[in-house]
Amino acid sequence: MALLEVKNIEKNFGETKVLRDISFELEAGQALAIIGSSGSGKTTLLRCLNFLETPDSGSILVNGERLFDAADPRTMRDSEIRKKRLHFGLVFQSFNLFPQYTALENVTLARKLLAKEEPDFKSRKKEIFDRIDAEGMELLTKMGLKDRAGHYPHQLSGGQQQRVAIARALELRPDIVCFDEPTSALDPELTGEVLKVIRSLAEQHTTMIIVTHEMAFARDVADQVIFMDEGIIVEQGDPREVIDHPKEERTRQFLARYAEG
Amino acid sequence: MFFTSDEFLTVAAALNTGFVKTLQLFFVTLIGALPLGLIISFGSMSRFTPLRFLTKALVWVIRGTPLILQIIIIYYVPGIMKLFTWGGGETGRFTAVSVAFIINYAFYFSEIYRGGIQGVPIGQQEAGEVLGMTPSQIFFKVKLLQMVKRIVPPMSNEVITLVKDTSLARVIALQEVIWMGESFMKGNQGYAGLIWPLFFTAVYYLIFSGIVTVLLTMLEKKLEFFR
Repeated sequence: MALLEVKNIEKNFGETKVLRDISFELEAGQALAIIGSSGSGKTTLLRCLNFLETPDSGSILVNGERLFDAADPRTMRDSEIRKKRLHFGLVFQSFNLFPQYTALENVTLARKLLAKEEPDFKSRKKEIFDRIDAEGMELLTKMGLKDRAGHYPHQLSGGQQQRVAIARALELRPDIVCFDEPTSALDPELTGEVLKVIRSLAEQHTTMIIVTHEMAFARDVADQVIFMDEGIIVEQGDPREVIDHPKEERTRQFLARYAEG
Repeated sequence: MFFTSDEFLTVAAALNTGFVKTLQLFFVTLIGALPLGLIISFGSMSRFTPLRFLTKALVWVIRGTPLILQIIIIYYVPGIMKLFTWGGGETGRFTAVSVAFIINYAFYFSEIYRGGIQGVPIGQQEAGEVLGMTPSQIFFKVKLLQMVKRIVPPMSNEVITLVKDTSLARVIALQEVIWMGESFMKGNQGYAGLIWPLFFTAVYYLIFSGIVTVLLTMLEKKLEFFR
């Protein structure tokens, strides 16, 4: 059974059909890259998975558990959504770090707030927080940011900020980490350090969905590629097939525009 | 020596008394208008359209008319219409003028709050949501301090204006510091034709607005650790 099953997702903004009958599966430990031009619905799809948008129809299953079903309003209760969305992590294009917290505090804040809900929190507060801080430091170290833990976001470069944001998403140990154009807001010379981190996550078999415009990166890192256009999945499969030998005319046109730069 | 003369000591004592009244009005207005303004700002951002329109209309009326007119109306109209009176004397005047100031400043503050709340990028809300935070955790742990940082500079302007606006209470003869200064010109405190006490009231305002400016600048500096 696939870790993630997305079935027949539809999403409209007013009259505009943003997502039309989107279905795909993702196995545990695999990386999925979603490519396509602006306005093709890639970002909306990620936002639906992270409960930032509510699909008009369709369902989302993780490990066979039905997290969302547009036909069943019980799956849309706010209190349940809060827990369910922890199956997913999201790394934003614009980082969205919390400016008033240091890098380490950004990484640990949500975990510490969740820890407060544990029944034995009061008696073990220090021990729990120390453990969370240690794990946060470990993640920042992995991101190459050990010496930046005490820095505030405005003291970090864009690439460093995005790596903090990745650590922040990983700290909650989501089943699936989603990246929404993680390098699009970065200067070209800073994209490399972020892509390197994502690549190493792929090598450690982190289950990931990456919306990206970096074709070479998608081909190298992804186990599966989806090409979207006007809200539908035009083509999907092995990256070397989809990117190097596209079957569909629309995919060819898109990739040709890319090659021209 | 002038500063030890009976004239100076009498005037200074009267101005001090008047300035205590000024300070009372200043702090009562802040204590009332700061929270009331926040409530009004929620009204002006409400998704319930009639409430939003009503709030915006009130903001327009209160900001679009002179505070001095609002003080006169609030003090005299209820009595003339035989609705209620504010009670006689200084206490009645102080109550009425406090109500006028709180209402006026609350509506000004509400617009500042609105700017601060809406100025926090939507991405902050979404980042909190994706990390599984509750709405109240997102408000208190993520957005509140960012709002405060945005609010402090415009709020400082309003608070400095309030220091001086308190003198408008003079229009209904509240015995604040300007009223006291004037009295020595008019002759109802044993001295007549004195002009210097009126000028001397400026010293009180300058010292007080100076202190307020320093405090607010310190607060602004404290919030400079993030951007």
